[in-house]
Amino acid sequence: MTEQTHEIRLNVNGVEHEAAVPARRLLSDALRHDLGLTGTHVGCEHGVCGACTVLVDGQPMRSCLMFAVSAAGHEITTVEGLARPDGELGPVQQAFRECHGLQCGFCTPGFLTTITAGIAENPDPTEDEARDMVAGNLCRCTGYQNIVKAVCRAAELARADEDGAA
Amino acid sequence: MKPAPFDYVRPGSLEEALQALAGHPGAKVLAGGQSLVPLLSMRLAAPAVLVDINDLPDLDHVRVSADGVRIGALARHAAVLRDPDVARVQPLVPLALANVAHATIRNRGTTVGSLVHADAAAEMPMVLRLLDGSLDVAGPGGRRTIPVAELYVGPLESSLHHDEIAVEAFFPALAPHTGVAFEEIARRHGDYAMCGVAAVVTLDGDRVVQARAGYLSVSDVPAVIDLTDALGGEVTEASLAAAADAALEQLEPETDIHATADYRAHLARVLTARVVTAAHENAREARS
Amino acid sequence: MTTKMMGAKVQRVEDDRLVRGTGRYVDDVAPDALHAAVLRSPHAHARIVSIDVDAVLDVEGVHAVWTHEDLEGAMADPLPLLIPHPTLTHGRTQYALAKDEVNYVGEAIAFVVADDRYVAEDALAQIVVEYDLLPAVVGIEAARSGAQLVHDDVPGNVAARMEQSNGDAAAAIAAAPHTLSLDLHIERSACMPMEGRGTVARWDPDQNRLQVWTSTQTSTGVRAAVAAKLGLDLGQVDVITPDVGGGFGVKIVHPWPEELLVPLAAQRLGRAVKFTEDRREHFISSAHERAQVHHVEVGFDDEGRVLGLDVRFWHDHGAYTPYGLIVPIITSTQLLGPYKPGAYHVQFDSLYTNTVIVTPYRGAGRPQGCFVMERTMDAIAAELGKDRADVRALNFIQPDEFPYDQGLIFQDGRELTYDSGDYPAMLDKIKELVDWDHFEDFRAAKAAEGKRVGLGLACYVEGTGVGPYEGAHVHIETSGKVKVATGLTSQGQGHQTAFAQIVADELGVRFEDVEITTGDTRRMPYAVGTFASRAAVMSGSAIHLAAKRAKEKALRIAADALEADIEDLEIVDGVVSVKGTDSSIPLGTVAVLSNPLRYAFDEASKAATQFNVGDPTKPPVAEDDEPGLEGKDFYSPPRSTFASGMHAVIVETDVDTAEIRILKYAVVHDCGHLINPMIVEGQIHGGVAQGVGGALYERMAYDESGQLLNASFMDFLMPYVTEVPTSIEIDHLETPSPLNPLGIKGAGEAGVIPGSAAFAAAIEDAERLPITAMPISPSELFALRAAHAPHAQESK
Repeated sequence: MTEQTHEIRLNVNGVEHEAAVPARRLLSDALRHDLGLTGTHVGCEHGVCGACTVLVDGQPMRSCLMFAVSAAGHEITTVEGLARPDGELGPVQQAFRECHGLQCGFCTPGFLTTITAGIAENPDPTEDEARDMVAGNLCRCTGYQNIVKAVCRAAELARADEDGAA
Repeated sequence: MKPAPFDYVRPGSLEEALQALAGHPGAKVLAGGQSLVPLLSMRLAAPAVLVDINDLPDLDHVRVSADGVRIGALARHAAVLRDPDVARVQPLVPLALANVAHATIRNRGTTVGSLVHADAAAEMPMVLRLLDGSLDVAGPGGRRTIPVAELYVGPLESSLHHDEIAVEAFFPALAPHTGVAFEEIARRHGDYAMCGVAAVVTLDGDRVVQARAGYLSVSDVPAVIDLTDALGGEVTEASLAAAADAALEQLEPETDIHATADYRAHLARVLTARVVTAAHENAREARS
Repeated sequence: MTTKMMGAKVQRVEDDRLVRGTGRYVDDVAPDALHAAVLRSPHAHARIVSIDVDAVLDVEGVHAVWTHEDLEGAMADPLPLLIPHPTLTHGRTQYALAKDEVNYVGEAIAFVVADDRYVAEDALAQIVVEYDLLPAVVGIEAARSGAQLVHDDVPGNVAARMEQSNGDAAAAIAAAPHTLSLDLHIERSACMPMEGRGTVARWDPDQNRLQVWTSTQTSTGVRAAVAAKLGLDLGQVDVITPDVGGGFGVKIVHPWPEELLVPLAAQRLGRAVKFTEDRREHFISSAHERAQVHHVEVGFDDEGRVLGLDVRFWHDHGAYTPYGLIVPIITSTQLLGPYKPGAYHVQFDSLYTNTVIVTPYRGAGRPQGCFVMERTMDAIAAELGKDRADVRALNFIQPDEFPYDQGLIFQDGRELTYDSGDYPAMLDKIKELVDWDHFEDFRAAKAAEGKRVGLGLACYVEGTGVGPYEGAHVHIETSGKVKVATGLTSQGQGHQTAFAQIVADELGVRFEDVEITTGDTRRMPYAVGTFASRAAVMSGSAIHLAAKRAKEKALRIAADALEADIEDLEIVDGVVSVKGTDSSIPLGTVAVLSNPLRYAFDEASKAATQFNVGDPTKPPVAEDDEPGLEGKDFYSPPRSTFASGMHAVIVETDVDTAEIRILKYAVVHDCGHLINPMIVEGQIHGGVAQGVGGALYERMAYDESGQLLNASFMDFLMPYVTEVPTSIEIDHLETPSPLNPLGIKGAGEAGVIPGSAAFAAAIEDAERLPITAMPISPSELFALRAAHAPHAQESK
């Protein structure tokens, strides 16, 4: 018996993609395997680790807890969409590099998307607020010390962008 | 960890959704999916059909009036938590919501979905029970209101019929001269609590005329206990101890890998005193 | 002048691709691959009566389904026992697919290859296995009793009993003025990298070659195993280790069943095949560590000086012993830490249980050893009413006593001889960092607020940089760019950065011009692997030596070209020049000159063709030379380096709820010379977080039937940011190792080692009741309080 597939359109990082997927295809798998956007990582597939976090209409969500068919019609941002239009690293990416906020890099995309939304909502977080922002993401390498620093640094870089733009 | 195959329907109206449910005894409703999808991925659940209600119109509302808060089936926890009017009319709702998993989960998960999931370790079913709220459900025969006292019938089991869809929850407003408080203790921040307690305390002058507490993770259905008599009208060290005794007589904490039954009982005792004290304090402030 | 890179906080070159999402982990490659899934035993101990796979053959999209019956030759034999040891008299390993019997929940039984992982899992659900259940042996007590056996032919469940001593410990204890006995327990945990295991293989029929991509800590080890098991020549197999999402030890084990089955499937099916382990599988079919029970007898004098130490312990190694006795050997030797007991005797049993196998997890037996020794030191101090730091200081090996021979044989079969260290200086630093001398004031101030706090200290020594060797190949291209290959793998340690720093310094080239490749057997087929905090020491040294060789050749050719003496040359920013003159030649040009050409392919290469270079009376390549500007070398030390460190932690134990909060965490660390302090501190941060996990949160909760009850991130409690210290105060000490040219030791594991010891001490100090088992949860602390409450017996 052939499993029924659904023709869906996914808007990812501003680009419309078409894919034919079974209803059960997790959004994380659709991004990685159907669209080839392997920057989104899968760490637990039960919604606890946060490695697969993407932005859905600007809000961080677990892509392993959504079906691709349900994501159709929403604007999705993955780690591949966080660089600046000119190709330079975006503020959160740059801050992670500067602050040594990553080691193996596997959990990193989920942190980057989460923080991107976090500093959009709170452009000047305190250290406690920075911790709160990443409180739902697991990292096994860094002990989080430099990730918290990177949140504050990313906010600083983003604020500088705003000032520059204004 | 991939879900078993299922048929997927994404109806555009409540009527279509109800028809889809009625036509498939093995169907399950998908709203936020934050509890359901892990169960599917672990193949602990394998419904034949998923009815995705995310396209249903007019169900993502958070409506606040003098009598309370009405939360539509598609309102995400985050939206409810953000709404300043909710905090004003019934502060216990955001106090509890802030403890529901992590922010990313709250962005997708729905409050009504959590209520229907009927987990005695989850915050919102207990809060609905404590506040004596209700759930509106739509079914083939129309819409009905289930008072919370009739909603939770067993572990992870609600009284919704298979062919019904929960459409709106109602959390009554904070009564006059009343204070609320919530506290839970989890192994890690954001985990299901080992024990959590919420309290609602109402004063008449200096006298406590009503005090009720709701309990997480110390019973197999959301538990609410009336502490009014035990407190004897006042909040003192002795009356708090009596209240905790009264609560523990009715609770049945169990041992699991994170906490023994004794420890949960102890936490219930400690938290009862803390939240009743805090709710009492809030009630006094509300009065002044 | 080129800035010295060694010791600089250089930003990592790895990060650009990793923060853009363009890194390449195993699951990211071969998008056209078929996907494999494995049927795993639901029972801890059972005989397999029958397996019926008929239903699977009809599932659309399934390409293969195998059980043990489908394996042939070496593939049908048990997996290799990687590290044999004379005392491992009853070593056992599993089959790639179980034959007749399963010995833990999660053991591989059948292998399915399908169009995608979803279909592969559908197929698994169709396989029917009939089991004959056997009693499960779970936990050290059950294993020790020997009432039930894991393997019928292993009496008492004992795989190995090993004993070492230095002096007559029993006599020393008997003669000592004071003695103590302690029983100390550590539970199971696991590495739990964010990326699980994974393997992709492609068979190229045109070249008769196999290409394997695998998430491993040893690509050369996997290559050898795959070739042997599949009956291929080593030269037919390439193993590539791309970006790896964390290892922490579990990925040193090889070959995993899937690391053999995937290549075999690729060969048989003629398609690329991929296996990506999911999280539940990682819990039940990879490896765990830590579970040990220890009994200590110690004798000491009135000052607290240890005169004799006798340790007996039992190690739970799970169902099989593929990695030999490495973990308990390390515990048995490294528990001595910075101390010199008068006499020492240790004996351990390594025991079978019907649980997931045990192999090294970051720290590898040292967290247990440190826990045992540091609990003993605290017990001695308590018994004598002395300061805990003073008792330690009294037992330290002194700075003038190095090299210090502990009189034991270490995990690498070499003498346990410490190369260097300065433990008294380190103790001074940690006491200052944590304000040891004023802690009682702090405690009193907190007590006045109704709060209970405690301070704990733990010291360790870590044998790092074990042999046998690593190698490196340095190639200076005609562009002046430097391509370096070393064979060990990377799991996030920043090797591409740290190694490039070493090359930049040695060669005098720009850091940006150096590119490091790790873990690719096509580039460096001789290598051991990344474990035991050995990468910086081993490959760092090899790279340094190889760069030195390339430099020697570059200078020789440049001296010729510039008509100068070698001694007068220097290389700065990739240009060789005669010191103090304008005479210079870029390294790229030197590379051109190093390779006499017949054919010019660009402007630069014209300079190297036959009418332009060389003495026409001599061979273009001298007899003792070879073309190209390259250097290759290996580093093979006589024995391990020994890093060391001390951690101190202040905790608050909640008077009401028994919750344990971290108020302060301090680390002093000595890994010799630092290559990149930013990276070293990152390693410490991560280690401390894993130490917090191991002390306060993480355990494998098995029930009596051998089911793992918490095989998910919901219930296996890895710390989030909310559970780790808000800051970690770090101070470094640098006592260089005399064993290698850079004076470095290893830093990878250090942070995790003293975690349980330090937290146990701090909680004990706060609570004034003995802490003898870790990890400890609030629930357990609550139970301890109840058990030790005055009149606890009467009130029950």
